[in-house]
Amino acid sequence: MTSFRFAVNVTPKPGILDPQGRAVEGSLGHLGISGVSGVRVGRRVELTVDAADMESARVVVERLAGELLSNPLIEAYEIEPLGAASSIVGVAGVGVAGQA
Amino acid sequence: MAVRIGVVVFPGSNCDRDTLHALDLAGAEAVSLWHEQATLGGVAAVVLPGGFAYGDYLRAGAIARFSPIMRAVAAFAAGGGLVLGICNGFQVLAEAGLVPGALLRNACLRFVGREVAIVPARLDTAFTHALASRSPLRMPVAHGEGCYYADDATLDALEPNHTRIRRVVWQ
Repeated sequence: MTSFRFAVNVTPKPGILDPQGRAVEGSLGHLGISGVSGVRVGRRVELTVDAADMESARVVVERLAGELLSNPLIEAYEIEPLGAASSIVGVAGVGVAGQA
Repeated sequence: MAVRIGVVVFPGSNCDRDTLHALDLAGAEAVSLWHEQATLGGVAAVVLPGGFAYGDYLRAGAIARFSPIMRAVAAFAAGGGLVLGICNGFQVLAEAGLVPGALLRNACLRFVGREVAIVPARLDTAFTHALASRSPLRMPVAHGEGCYYADDATLDALEPNHTRIRRVVWQ
């Protein structure tokens, strides 16, 4: 078994009302920023899958993304492989130790 | 004999006691159904109460949908059983696909807590047959994700004239 690290990026489908995006866009004036539009707010879920190979790991992530992490009626998702999971441990370690 | 009605309790449900009390007042024998149960214990109807099941993480109802009891609720509904979802319970039913469509964050960007007038579309259902007329019912609502969405094909299937179903579903 190998560990594979993925990110699943979930965004509102085109045409679906996104009040969060609208709120963010509406606040830009307060920052003195102009010329920014089309703000859409989604979520990013990172996870590790233990599987025999990349292909079977991806099957698991596809199912998870389609059934739980997104609602296919209103959201689209995109799976992003992040490489070997072992490389993430160091990042977590830094966070725990409080060393930025 | 009083009719037995089950109230599903998820971690984060917070209107389950109110619902049990209301059902008692209405003359039913109200029983709690824990979300980890795989059966409904022979109840005649099921109510999914309001609250924040599983903290509403990901999306309201998204995680609750996979509770063991929801498989039993889906089978019960498929067999013609009566299921009522109130507030967060309705969001759970939508996520589970037991009612069509989905609930988005409120378009007004605010949490909405107020009374609304709901006009029953039909008086020949188990939930509305005791009403004398189709005059508006005053109902409290409290939600952050109450903006009902379904594509046109779904709305057409529910009712060719979309306006009424929108009014009934969530005002």
